[in-house]
Amino acid sequence: MNSPASRSRWMSKTAVNGFLVLAVVYMLFPLVWLVTAATKDTGGLLAGNAFSFEGFNLGENLSNLASYGDGIYFRWYLNSLMYAGGGAIVCSLICVAAGYAFDKYEFRGKEKLFGLVLMGVLVPTTALALPMYLLASKTGLVNTYWSVLIPVLVNPFGVYLARVFSTGYIPNEALEAARIDGAGELRVFWSIGLRMVMPGFVTVFLFQFTAIWNNFFLPLVMLSDRKLFPLSLGLYSWNTNTHGEPSFYPLVVTGSLLAVIPLIVAFVSLQRHWKAGLTAGSVK
Amino acid sequence: MKRARTTRAAAILLGPFFVLFTVAMLLPIGYAVWLSLFTEKQSGLGFGGTETVFSGLDNYTAALGDRAFREGFGVLLGYCLFYIPLLLIGALALALLLDSALARARRFFQLALFLPHAVPGIIAALIWVYLYTPQLSPVVSAMESGGIGFDFFSPEGALPSIVNIALWEWLGYNMVIFYAALQAIDRSVLEAATVDGAGAWRVALSIKVPLIRASVVMVALFTVIGSLQLFTEPLILNKGTGSAVTSTWTPNMYAYTAAFERNDYGLAAAASILLALTAALLSFVVTRFTGRKGKKA
Repeated sequence: MNSPASRSRWMSKTAVNGFLVLAVVYMLFPLVWLVTAATKDTGGLLAGNAFSFEGFNLGENLSNLASYGDGIYFRWYLNSLMYAGGGAIVCSLICVAAGYAFDKYEFRGKEKLFGLVLMGVLVPTTALALPMYLLASKTGLVNTYWSVLIPVLVNPFGVYLARVFSTGYIPNEALEAARIDGAGELRVFWSIGLRMVMPGFVTVFLFQFTAIWNNFFLPLVMLSDRKLFPLSLGLYSWNTNTHGEPSFYPLVVTGSLLAVIPLIVAFVSLQRHWKAGLTAGSVK
Repeated sequence: MKRARTTRAAAILLGPFFVLFTVAMLLPIGYAVWLSLFTEKQSGLGFGGTETVFSGLDNYTAALGDRAFREGFGVLLGYCLFYIPLLLIGALALALLLDSALARARRFFQLALFLPHAVPGIIAALIWVYLYTPQLSPVVSAMESGGIGFDFFSPEGALPSIVNIALWEWLGYNMVIFYAALQAIDRSVLEAATVDGAGAWRVALSIKVPLIRASVVMVALFTVIGSLQLFTEPLILNKGTGSAVTSTWTPNMYAYTAAFERNDYGLAAAASILLALTAALLSFVVTRFTGRKGKKA
């Protein structure tokens, strides 16, 4: 149309955005399938033409989900909320306290200790699950809430992030001012440091919540009582039934959709926080 | 006086973390090492009881001597060589596209590409396995009507099937890391290069990529460690009927099977430790090998 230069710019622009759109289609179509598949009954699912709302059956699927096995699904849901919510709050608090201490205090062997934390980041956690299971069975903790909750309170990478955030968000002058006013060290942390580092706290919380919500290996190893299962393990146990009993398919699909929703909502509404986390992690 | 006060505060703030770190990390590691040195033996009179006897490195030689375990490492090697380059190049390419002056709707693209990370690994695996299953999948039927027959559960299909699930889960996440690093580059450097006549490709490949090298190394490191622990996705494929994925397909699956199906804790511990040692060795190689040249960053 116009000059060759502007035409080639237009073509490059189309190519760049076209590639990005293709990537988005790849990322989103399984999720779209999950939504449409959750509206189908067993027959509709097995017919395979799932990208439509034909034969809308979502209401029935939801009521089956609520009633199957005395409503065990929503028990799993509550368990997941408890593991992930409770675990992530406590873990974030522990990480932020440790990160703050690493940032604001000088003591002997500090960087060596921090090096140990960084080594912890590199440990393949699944390799710990088996010895943890045996330790838990020795102490009688196996197959209890604690067996899943205690190990997820430790996140060395969270300490690293918290240290970065503490440096970035908490100016030393603010702490000095409080000290001059006569506040004790713990009080300074609790009422000033923690408040100022709150955006970082939310970031650590978000990532830990996701990690615990998604945790599968540890509950698989630790839990045998279905009443204690988190969603991940519950859905897995249902999936193993699908081959003999295809009527489990709609339960697994609808259950998966409901299990994904809280995290999608969290990530859409807390964009600033997960971007901050990934940025802080990428700088060093 | 003040010094003692701050040391005490630091100890109180660090205490909870290090207590848990010891209980849930150091102790299990130590216990795994200890376990790996013992074997359960039938006691002499054959009353069915077992006793635990010290066996040195027997569990390690047993694991290494087991063909299934070695084949697991072979699968892992194939997986890493297939998956890691695709992930790094794919995530870098997407980040560079998004960072280029031509991209639109950057916030939307970032969010949409990142969203699969919000899906639990087990659910991601379930969704994709259903999308691979001929009776359930609109993808398989679309491919068939297009004349492409591909069995995602066949011996040749299993590895690409799993790589695809992992890519779907991690591509956007790592893209955001690279994009954040790209955004942090000093724009005047890029402008200077453009003024000197470098085209967009040239700027991307010879200026932007070297400048975010530290991020690339970090992503590579975490990806290697994550890849070595491959378990969930093949486990789901393994439950599919007629799948080529066996219950000892990866070293982690091998350790799990040894522990919970054969109750051989010594062997399972040895297998886990060999895997952890491999992770440590590879982390060392990745950081050393890339750290020397990138020291200035």
